[in-house]
Amino acid sequence: MSTNTSYKLWKIHGGVHPPFHKEESTQHPIKRAGIPKQIILPIQQHIGSPAEPLVAVGDKVYKGQLVAKANAHISANIHASTSGTISAIEELVLPHPSGLKGLSIVIDTDGKDDWGQSGKYSTYESYNDVEPELLLKRIQEAGIVGLGGAVFPTSVKIEGAEQNEIDTFIINGAECEPYITCDDMLMREKSAQIVAGIRIVQHMINPKKCLIGIEDNKPEAIQAMQQACENDPNINVINVPTIYPSGDIKQLTKILTGIEIPSGTRSVNAGILGQNVGTIYSIYQAIVDGIPTISRITTVTGKGIQHPQNFETLNGTPFSFLAEQAGGYTKMADHLIMGGPMMGFALPDDKPPITKATNCALFTSTTALRESNSEFANQPTLPCIRCGKCMDACPVNLLPQQLYWHIRAKDLEKAEQHFLNDCIECGCCSYVCPSHIPLVDYYRFAKNEIRDQKIAQEKANLSRERHEFLLFRKEREKREREEKRAAHKAALQKKKANAKKNGDKNNGAKTDSKADAIKAAMARAKAKKEQREQEKKTTDKTKKENTVKEISDASNKEKEVKKDEV
Amino acid sequence: MKFKTNTSPFFSSNSNVSTVMLQVILALIPGTLVMIYSYGWGVLINIILAIIFAVALEAIALFARKRPILPFIGDLSAVVTAWLLALSVPPLLPWWILFVGIFFAIIIAKHLYGGLGYNPFNPAMIGFAVLIVSFPFELSQWIEAGKLGSTLPGFIESLQTTLGITPPPDWDAITMATPLDAVKTGLRAGATSYAEIAQQKDFSNALNSWIYISLAFAMGGLWMLYKKIIHWQIPTSILVTLGLFSGLMYLYSPESYGSPILHIFSGATILGAFFIATDPVSASTTPLGKIIYGASIGFFIYIIRVWGNYPDSIAFAVLIMNMAVPMIDYYTQPRVYGHGKKPSHKKGVNK
Repeated sequence: MSTNTSYKLWKIHGGVHPPFHKEESTQHPIKRAGIPKQIILPIQQHIGSPAEPLVAVGDKVYKGQLVAKANAHISANIHASTSGTISAIEELVLPHPSGLKGLSIVIDTDGKDDWGQSGKYSTYESYNDVEPELLLKRIQEAGIVGLGGAVFPTSVKIEGAEQNEIDTFIINGAECEPYITCDDMLMREKSAQIVAGIRIVQHMINPKKCLIGIEDNKPEAIQAMQQACENDPNINVINVPTIYPSGDIKQLTKILTGIEIPSGTRSVNAGILGQNVGTIYSIYQAIVDGIPTISRITTVTGKGIQHPQNFETLNGTPFSFLAEQAGGYTKMADHLIMGGPMMGFALPDDKPPITKATNCALFTSTTALRESNSEFANQPTLPCIRCGKCMDACPVNLLPQQLYWHIRAKDLEKAEQHFLNDCIECGCCSYVCPSHIPLVDYYRFAKNEIRDQKIAQEKANLSRERHEFLLFRKEREKREREEKRAAHKAALQKKKANAKKNGDKNNGAKTDSKADAIKAAMARAKAKKEQREQEKKTTDKTKKENTVKEISDASNKEKEVKKDEV
Repeated sequence: MKFKTNTSPFFSSNSNVSTVMLQVILALIPGTLVMIYSYGWGVLINIILAIIFAVALEAIALFARKRPILPFIGDLSAVVTAWLLALSVPPLLPWWILFVGIFFAIIIAKHLYGGLGYNPFNPAMIGFAVLIVSFPFELSQWIEAGKLGSTLPGFIESLQTTLGITPPPDWDAITMATPLDAVKTGLRAGATSYAEIAQQKDFSNALNSWIYISLAFAMGGLWMLYKKIIHWQIPTSILVTLGLFSGLMYLYSPESYGSPILHIFSGATILGAFFIATDPVSASTTPLGKIIYGASIGFFIYIIRVWGNYPDSIAFAVLIMNMAVPMIDYYTQPRVYGHGKKPSHKKGVNK
């Protein structure tokens, strides 16, 4: 069953056949890279929130010890990849093309590779008897992320798969990027462990079928995997045609199942769970060996390195150390590409560390990259002639020539109408372009612009809403004030009207009372005058006080009188 | 150690604009050879002169626009334009008329719109349209088809005629109408039927020569399809539509309408279908759009040939459809991965 070669496959649109350069790095078995003097662990090695450091400078850490903890649902734990002392927690250059810095934990290694007392997790050797929740918890604890390059936290992905009904569990061993062979070598050497890892996930999500997709340019890996799952009717190893980018999970899903993952949704919603073989191996290690994600297989290859091969590399190993392990640089080395030549990115320096995302360190040179077309090496970019080669190569069936046209005209709305956001940035269009236009750069730029515009738009909307609310509030207050005033006025008018009604009766009395009050005041004043004259001998102070009091009393009275009048 | 940084993808295939254009030129050669054989050295002289004019004008335009001259001359697009225009005009045409055509093609239709890649109209066909409107008489003077080295004028003689060194020949004696022209004027002049015209010896002679030329161009066109320089949609839809319309009309009244053979194999139909309408810059670019574009060209070719004022109509049919290209392209976007069967344009905006 597992050696099913007549499995029905679907065709994807487009794709290209670049020179794959796989042989260079598959001549030797996977080697342990060893322990560098320093390990640098950026706290952000995954999609989601950065992990939160749990250690302080000077702390002694053991291998496998949790040094930074996931502090959000979408985040991942980071463990010390070897034993040593924390020498710094600071902003260091990340493996990123911009030379961007990020908080990193630096371990000065002691070379003992000491797991300490409680370094490894308890092992679940009979995982089929373990509750899936416990397995999921372990996967989360072990800091496993998608090692195919997406570095999305695996526990979150599997949790999503558990909530949906998974029809097909796809194990991605296509590895379509040129030069990269880490998955190939892993499948050749660890096929039994990978199959065990697959069974763990099967136990957790109960998929209807389980397909391992491997490009047919990896016969050794296919054979190894077929042997490893020979007696398992539920796991099929499928040869898929060698075409870039068949290893993109969207494309591989189409090839294996005919299903297209709807735009803007996640694959689990379409009943598909895809996992890279490297990730599956990490799951196996976490469950069966009790080891967190502290190392990965990294391909070190290219004309810029003496001995291209694959290494089991400790997380946080600097590129420079890995290059030394591979015999050092050749004279040609002038490029360091993290990932493959189609989708990877160039690093300006070899000091940054290998992280969970680093599947390949391609040391190469400008001439080596262009050897396939050396005669045109220095040809400038020409205008687009709309030949449509990009359209024929696009695996998503976009119109790259039209996108380019609209983006050049800064008509981003049109670009969106041409489904810019469905572009997977695989680079096929740039690869085939006879005018050598860096098309993907245009798309990245436009996507960023659109994102920025949307953020700006949202901000503008928010402040407009605020402003509108302010105006509304002012208006409301004004209205309320006016209403109050009007109500008051109405009340007064009513009162007045009432007063008018009763006016004839009360008028005389009122004037009388007024006259009385004045008379009374005058009388009081007179009396006081007399009193004052009498008390002329008493102190000035008392006199003054009295006067003040009198005056204020009088004025108060007067006020009262006036009020009554109104 | 420090490294260079640029962006992915880091390598590219060896396809190249010059290679594409060179392959187009190679594909033109068989048809051109047969045409020289049938219509004499004048064809070759036209091509050479046209290329000289085109490259010189292109260089001047690039200089004036402060663009790098060598890479853009090296893309060979001007050579292709010149070649196509030269094949469309009669041999022994005075050189300055050819020059006017090339001037309009390269300067007006191409560089005033922004040069390679920015011209909305097919430059060669703009050049041809200007000539056929301005010099209808000169452009109808096709010499009688014959055999190179026997009935046709020699190389020196042809060159001298083209350059105006020797006075133009007595046109009436050596020229004849092209088959399409003959049918049109014949039917208008009151000839009883298409069959009557077709029986004339000159006519069948000329038609035969055009059939051979067309077959040779078709060979080149098929080779371009094989090499994936052009897509199948445009040539196929032009030929199918034109064949369908001419076939229907011929069935309806074989007396008064030319046969599908006449329409497909004479004039510039094959050359137009494989080499002119497929000019990627000015043609529709989507797969479905190409079919609509090609079918409309086939339709207009027939309409203009039969009911219009000009004997042949590739240029006008192509130019008319060039105008419709932006709209066609917008409404014929292919279905994108992960979108339903019919992706509406508005859907993209909401994303």
